[in-house]
Amino acid sequence: MSNTQNQNEQLQNNLSFEENYIDENIIADKSSKTKEFIKKFMKRKTAVVAFVVMVFLLIIAIAGPSLAPYDPAAYDYDNLLAGPSAEHWFGTDQFGRDIFSRILAGAPLTLGVSLSSVIVGAALGTVLGLLAGYYGGWLEMLVMRGADVLFSFPDILLAIAIVAILGPGIVNVFIAVAVFTVPSFARIMRSATLAVKNSLYVEVARSLGCKDGRLLFVHIFPGTIQSLIVNFTMRIGSAIMAASSLSFLGFGANVTDPEWGAMLSQSRSYLTTAPHMVYLPGLVIFVTVLAFNLFGDGLRDTLDPKIK
Amino acid sequence: MGRYIVKRLLQTIPLMLVISIFVFMFIHLLPGDPARTLAGVEATPEEVEAIREEFGLNDPLIVQYIDYMKDLFRGDMGRSLKSNIPVTELILSRFKFTIQLVFAGLIWAPVVGIFIGVICAIKRGTWIDLGGMLFAITGLSAPGFWLGLMGIQIFSVNLGWLPSGGLDSWKSLILPSIVMGTGIMATLARYSRSSMLETLREDYVRTARAKGQKESIVMFRHAFKNSLIQVVTILGLQIGGLLSGSVITETIFSIPGMGRLLVDSIAYRDYPTIQGLLMIFALQYVLINLIVDVLYGVINPKIRYD
Repeated sequence: MSNTQNQNEQLQNNLSFEENYIDENIIADKSSKTKEFIKKFMKRKTAVVAFVVMVFLLIIAIAGPSLAPYDPAAYDYDNLLAGPSAEHWFGTDQFGRDIFSRILAGAPLTLGVSLSSVIVGAALGTVLGLLAGYYGGWLEMLVMRGADVLFSFPDILLAIAIVAILGPGIVNVFIAVAVFTVPSFARIMRSATLAVKNSLYVEVARSLGCKDGRLLFVHIFPGTIQSLIVNFTMRIGSAIMAASSLSFLGFGANVTDPEWGAMLSQSRSYLTTAPHMVYLPGLVIFVTVLAFNLFGDGLRDTLDPKIK
Repeated sequence: MGRYIVKRLLQTIPLMLVISIFVFMFIHLLPGDPARTLAGVEATPEEVEAIREEFGLNDPLIVQYIDYMKDLFRGDMGRSLKSNIPVTELILSRFKFTIQLVFAGLIWAPVVGIFIGVICAIKRGTWIDLGGMLFAITGLSAPGFWLGLMGIQIFSVNLGWLPSGGLDSWKSLILPSIVMGTGIMATLARYSRSSMLETLREDYVRTARAKGQKESIVMFRHAFKNSLIQVVTILGLQIGGLLSGSVITETIFSIPGMGRLLVDSIAYRDYPTIQGLLMIFALQYVLINLIVDVLYGVINPKIRYD
């Protein structure tokens, strides 16, 4: 009985989903592009929720330390490894430090390192990709082969290799994640540039006597910005993951710092006695990465209706 | 076909050369005097001099590089500073653990991922699709080290079903294989869905339907098989991710594989071992991609005529 009911419900849900879906394509929007974009984006409920979570996290990263109910570094020997409670929402760690406060205090560290390294890596990769795509020739070969070499150290292996050269520490994690971000942008921006380079409006601009620099940054670059934005949000998730993985392995933040990955690596020894030390900081990393990924997905689907 | 493989093999050589230069330069990119670094912090000036002599660090860089390559081709990657065992031997002794982990991840993840992706594509726009894709992005966003630690907490500490580390029995492979495979599963689910959707729009699928072919045959023979072509490439790229995922997995589960060796060597500043491991990891990755490209040529005849 309940099975059929479920099926009916599901069928109805399907229908309403289909209707929404069809609506979206039929509506002809005459307003500006930005408005149209926002309208389309708002239709993607998961992406909107992700966006809200993301903004919330960014606010925490800015205001976090001052919001912390306890001093994140204060020891409390009466409350060692205490589970979550009304006083300590996320419990306390092996020194009695309030985990919730530590997560808030660590937000600028984890998010700051990830965001800034993606910004730097994206800027470098974008310029390289634009130049490679536009000029071609030896420059293109150099950039693309360079990207190939960096790609041969897949995923965080490249970041680990860079930390191996530079030594552990949060600044080196920043550099490592930035370098690890460069090749993906270089590749994507090169192909985006190639696609835009031969379009009519660029042809026209060139025939009107536009100089290379202006052509590249005023005419071609805006045409590639969609790929840039989508890849940018997607890479933030991987950067957070890479940075916290490095800290987890002991190559990143100092073990005393409230960096989220470092907190998890500390918690390993207390799996039996204080599992909340594993669950909660990990959950925060997970939710953060998920929010950025979902937002990136929503952005991609809105900007590029080809892939749905 | 033979020509395609040869062409692809030849393309790999310059890449390997550049990688070898990169890895070779590694020791010279380190801040400070390489001889001092190799000799260790406590070495006397005489020992540093001896190291300089032994490694030929007084020779011009190009001579050093040629020597390095000669040694590499003979399988000689120097000795570990920590244990004084030849690096090649050390890596070989760890290799089998990492490979076991990679296979443990590959056994289930691609099948499950492709299955989820294809079902989502067929049921596009339904709640099955939404659920499947949410599941995939969740898998993609969960940090491996968190999944691993939670797995140990639940299945080893609380329930006592599975061992919390080591690689003694097939049971001890279960948790690591989940940590290794989750990312691949998620990525493949996403790619195979979009690839399947793309194929479903192809003319030949419409033709198949128009001639009254059964839907299940259209889906499987016409759409699914062709959509696999793109998925194979992604799988190849993902196996590289598996290799680096082994670093995290081996650390969590105390498995003495190559990833764990890399972490330990970095902590100990055992540079010859780090250098050797980086070379092997990159070599594996390039080889896997070569194999994938060849496979790609086998399943997609269009490629060969380029």
